[in-house]
Amino acid sequence: MEILVAISVMALGALVLGSAIGYAAIRFKVEGDPVVEKINAILPQTQCGQCSYPGCKPYAEAIARGEAEINLCPPGGDEGVHQLSELLGREYKPLAEESQTEKKASVALIDEADCIGCTLCIQACPVDAILGAAKQMHTVIIPLCTGCELCIAPCPVDCIAMKPLPETPENWEWPYPQIDKSPDAATHAPMPTAAADIQ
Amino acid sequence: MSKKKLFSFLGGIKLAHRKEYSSEKAIAPLPMPKKLILPLRQSAGSLPAPIVQVGEKVNKGQCLAAAEGWISASLHAPTSGTIRDIGDYPIAHPSGLVAPCIVIEADGEDAWGERQPLLEHADSERLDPETVQRYLQSMGVVGMGGAVFPSHVKLSKAPGVPLETLIVNGAECEPFITCDDRLMRERAAEIVSGIIFLAELLEAKESVVAIEDNKPEAAAAMRAALAARLEATANHIRVVVIPAVYPAGSLKQLIYTLTGKRAPAGVLPPQLGVQCFNTATVYAIWQAVARGEPVISRIVTVTGNVGRPGNLEVPLGASVADVLQYAEARPESDGCLVGGPMMGFLLPDYDAPIGKGANCLIARSPQFFPHKAPESPCIRCTNCAQACPQGLLPYEMYWWSRARDFAKAERHNLQECIECGCCSYVCPSSIPLVQYFRFAKDALRTAATKKEMADQARERFEFRQFRAEREKTERTQKLAQAAKQQSAKLAAENANAAPAEDLDETRKQALIAAAIERVAGERAKVGCDEGANATEAALAPNHGNSA
Ligand code: SF4
Ligand code: SF4
Repeated sequence: MEILVAISVMALGALVLGSAIGYAAIRFKVEGDPVVEKINAILPQTQCGQCSYPGCKPYAEAIARGEAEINLCPPGGDEGVHQLSELLGREYKPLAEESQTEKKASVALIDEADCIGCTLCIQACPVDAILGAAKQMHTVIIPLCTGCELCIAPCPVDCIAMKPLPETPENWEWPYPQIDKSPDAATHAPMPTAAADIQ
Repeated sequence: MSKKKLFSFLGGIKLAHRKEYSSEKAIAPLPMPKKLILPLRQSAGSLPAPIVQVGEKVNKGQCLAAAEGWISASLHAPTSGTIRDIGDYPIAHPSGLVAPCIVIEADGEDAWGERQPLLEHADSERLDPETVQRYLQSMGVVGMGGAVFPSHVKLSKAPGVPLETLIVNGAECEPFITCDDRLMRERAAEIVSGIIFLAELLEAKESVVAIEDNKPEAAAAMRAALAARLEATANHIRVVVIPAVYPAGSLKQLIYTLTGKRAPAGVLPPQLGVQCFNTATVYAIWQAVARGEPVISRIVTVTGNVGRPGNLEVPLGASVADVLQYAEARPESDGCLVGGPMMGFLLPDYDAPIGKGANCLIARSPQFFPHKAPESPCIRCTNCAQACPQGLLPYEMYWWSRARDFAKAERHNLQECIECGCCSYVCPSSIPLVQYFRFAKDALRTAATKKEMADQARERFEFRQFRAEREKTERTQKLAQAAKQQSAKLAAENANAAPAEDLDETRKQALIAAAIERVAGERAKVGCDEGANATEAALAPNHGNSA
């Protein structure tokens, strides 16, 4: 008798929990593939194709499918690889050999005197950051340019060049504090004194 | 005058005031330098746009650059002279980088242009706040306490919240600095007129001039000036002496001390029914509205290792070198601080000009700033947490900032840090905590901009793909449409031709020949690339019919 009670109690428990889990599976079903979105959010959206995929989203999809390494994106840099490794639990690797060079943030500049208005760069720009029309001078809308360099190759007169973004007081960053550097080590320009002025 | 309870904020430190070097020196004008360099960036917000040309002659007080957008303030000529250049020059900034500036060569005449004080032709008693705001923006009035936030923006009240307390900040809590102290002692009447003007404009229930207890002369001067004005009592304006605990003059701490109100992150003072202006700002506002004088000079305390410490009225654009020379800075000084010793920065280039926010120059020497021991590991003594006026845990924030784990530093409320420097000051391990926080904050700011740009790039990329897709479907649709039209036309012709079946063979042949000719002609006209498919498609049924 006792054994029957025990069995029925356990069976009832299993039934209740089982149906709760079953309900939850239907009620909280996850649509789409959130991993791709999360990976894509880490990628810098330069759309440069240096990872050999046609844009950041395709690369994100390839990573999610497990087909691509996480260290192929030079604009994302080391920081990006670290973030991806943390997100996916995959081992950190330094930037791949061929994508080793981490470049300074740059934007494309069109030498407007040489531009012949062929529109080829407009067709190459993945983010519509170039303004112009056939036979008209073209120009890059600098705040929109991701620095992907895709417009450089198509230009038949080689009038597009990458220019590093200048450092200004607005985008300047306080440096990492220097450890073990006593103030004595700091060098200073001589004080402007009246004597110095006379010289 | 009712005595109200003061609240004492958490943390804070007692500092040696070191104000005695310059506090007894009356404000003196700095002789006009020959060349003035005026950075366009003299306020928070967007840069004003230059409205003068190189070579143009300008009068003193003439507008050189006009405000662009709401959070922006205009810039004016501090003296008469000629515009020599508009270009990049080093500015007073810890980076030592260059920024766009307007260079004036003074002609020595210091001749004013036309001045139009707002109050002179304001006939109505009550001025409309918006008129005042536009006027102050055009006069380049910004916060002179160092934050350089455009003052006219702060005249907007939060909708539906009446202004309970207008605070005039004369605390001047950093050591060494005495420019506001001197201003209150010497020009109390103007400041009081400014307070009355603001209190009436903003309909403040009460106004409080907060002065630290180490400046009794300033408090006495302000009290006397208030007593001389009937409107002061009518508007409930009073002087409140607050304890000199650093950082008592910091906005959040001052509001708490006087009203007991705390502003959580993201809540602006007007939403709490409070607004706060620096004494020097109130003075600048009064100079503008009553005399039509824009902000073209400021009072700078020059102190530290100098032969002639004091308070100088410096035209904007005079170089730090000009001021240091005038004050006879001693050659063995090892650098110059701009701002106070707690929150100021070491100036990389002495040619940098004095701007609207530069309240103090301190020539540094080991006598005033004994060298600190090099940084050693944190011993978790929690001195920093006890000193922090914002109630933060600096050692935690430091730990994560040092490890460059900015997300964790942010979780410890890094963004709440006001960079007051109390924690660095008390740290027995000489850890430059504030330096780490500035570094981490900037890294977070850059990451946020990058993220914003990446999001924008993704949106634009996705839209471009969507557009390419749409154009493709539109093109196929158009082609299909053209094919359908063509075949319909031919079908109609064929239908016309059908009853002619009983006609003689020759006529039928002639019709077919004409049709072929027409189609050939059309094909040539449509051209090869787009039309080819369409014509072919159109031809097919025709061939079928005629066969
Ligand atoms: S005061 Fe310095 S040593 Fe003490 S807990 Fe803070 S950081 Fe560490
Ligand atoms: S600098 Fe920041 S963390 Fe340090 S005491 Fe001041 S508010 Fe607190």
